[in-house]
Amino acid sequence: MSNVLKIKKETSEGILDFFKYLLETDKVKGIFTLKKMNDSEARAYSLITSLDELKQADPFYPVMPVNAGKVLSEMTLKEAVGDPVAAVLRPCELRAFVELVKRVQADTENILLISLTCEGVFPLDETVNGNLGKQLPAYQDAAKKGENAAGLRRTCEACAHFIPGLADITVSFAGNKDLDTGCTLVLNTPMGEEFSRGAPGTMGSGEIQSQELTQLTEKRKEARNKMLQERQEDVKDLKSLVTTFAACLSCHGCSHVCPICYCILCDFDSKIHEDEPSNFESDLARKGGARVPSGTLLFHIGRMTHMAVSCVNCGMCSDVCPVNIPVAEIFSMVGDPLQEIFEYLPGRDIEEAVPSGTYKEEEFTKTGEQ
Amino acid sequence: MNETYIPQIIGFLCNWCSYTGADLAGVSRMQIPSSLRVIRVMCSGRVNPLFVLKAYLKGADGVMIMGCHPGDCHYQKGNYNARRRYIMLDQILKSVGLDQERIGLWWVSASEGKRYAQVVEEYTNKLKAKGPNPIREEIFI
Repeated sequence: MSNVLKIKKETSEGILDFFKYLLETDKVKGIFTLKKMNDSEARAYSLITSLDELKQADPFYPVMPVNAGKVLSEMTLKEAVGDPVAAVLRPCELRAFVELVKRVQADTENILLISLTCEGVFPLDETVNGNLGKQLPAYQDAAKKGENAAGLRRTCEACAHFIPGLADITVSFAGNKDLDTGCTLVLNTPMGEEFSRGAPGTMGSGEIQSQELTQLTEKRKEARNKMLQERQEDVKDLKSLVTTFAACLSCHGCSHVCPICYCILCDFDSKIHEDEPSNFESDLARKGGARVPSGTLLFHIGRMTHMAVSCVNCGMCSDVCPVNIPVAEIFSMVGDPLQEIFEYLPGRDIEEAVPSGTYKEEEFTKTGEQ
Repeated sequence: MNETYIPQIIGFLCNWCSYTGADLAGVSRMQIPSSLRVIRVMCSGRVNPLFVLKAYLKGADGVMIMGCHPGDCHYQKGNYNARRRYIMLDQILKSVGLDQERIGLWWVSASEGKRYAQVVEEYTNKLKAKGPNPIREEIFI
């Protein structure tokens, strides 16, 4: 049981009242969240410090222009933010942020982490083809009913980890039938409670978990199994693997937007994997041809060896792929069993070491002794 | 099946245990198939999964990683890391439809010359039965 703050306004407005309170009382110096830009249907993450600019904030707008965990990591890489900041992140963005903290790429200090039970986001295309606004009513409706909304990122439909674990405050969104009449903030940590003390609204008690959420989790798991089964065909053997990545341009967009891919100079952008003419010669002699640029599968499978253990399935990679390769779904297919072998869930526990950075002396005892 | 087919295997052998074990096999005049091309590394923990992956994608019929038995690593912990990296690479290859049996991890100590010969012989035979790595013919890799 936790303390719960209820603000008697529609959820998206109630949260703005909460932010106004935080800024007015100087409890925080800034709010990090999505912001409107004139009439565009797109949104951008912004750090808002004035009450005036706060009017343009749109925290729960269903779009992810960049994984917020990645951006917060870039802000806190050298040192923690100097003044308290309230940040709104979706559960996968929060998990990615935690994974980056584990890799010494981010700092949680002075950040009030606010998340929500996530209904999902629309593909970025929808913000520029004029369709997103039309889909919002159905999206709100689905959230209230605890159902999967139509037209979302595939990874969102198939996300069973949409209830944030490590947030200071969780806003009830997906599965909340009272979305239009109240904004419910569940205060999970002492920090959450401290910042909410004196905020407009009524304090009560409750918890985030509900029957609607349990049912929605089941629906998401089913959708996930369905997605993974469909993708099986794409990577069942060498031929299908090559076909799946046939259109890949090697733009590396997927890795650029991936929150876990934090390396300033990626191995695969560096000289290490540049192909020298001498390598081509031997390939040409042997095979009679060579793909240019080379290393398509080496890039994708190699990237899997680097980050699949921490893949949070945010779906940014699929969203930005210019040739519509279902990168996120394939990485889900790889990440899920890999995380299972190591009994690991990315972003679940900030103290839990990344599997590729640790070991147990007694494990996999049969390996190597054959 | 081509009777003269000899699988081309790349092996990463750690200096202190498995390379020495291989040396012992050689000095003891044990018969070892000519399939394995040995690359000496100081520790199996030095083996970057990308070495193994690149060899595989370039067309190696098999890739072997050999190191000291757990607990006996010359650098105390290197082989524990190697073990996790191998487990990870094995699962990834399985998930993307590539033949994960074409990579393997073996613990061979400095005194296990006989084990070295046995392991290479058995793995070579296994790879012979599989035939050449189909990636060899694949241009769009």
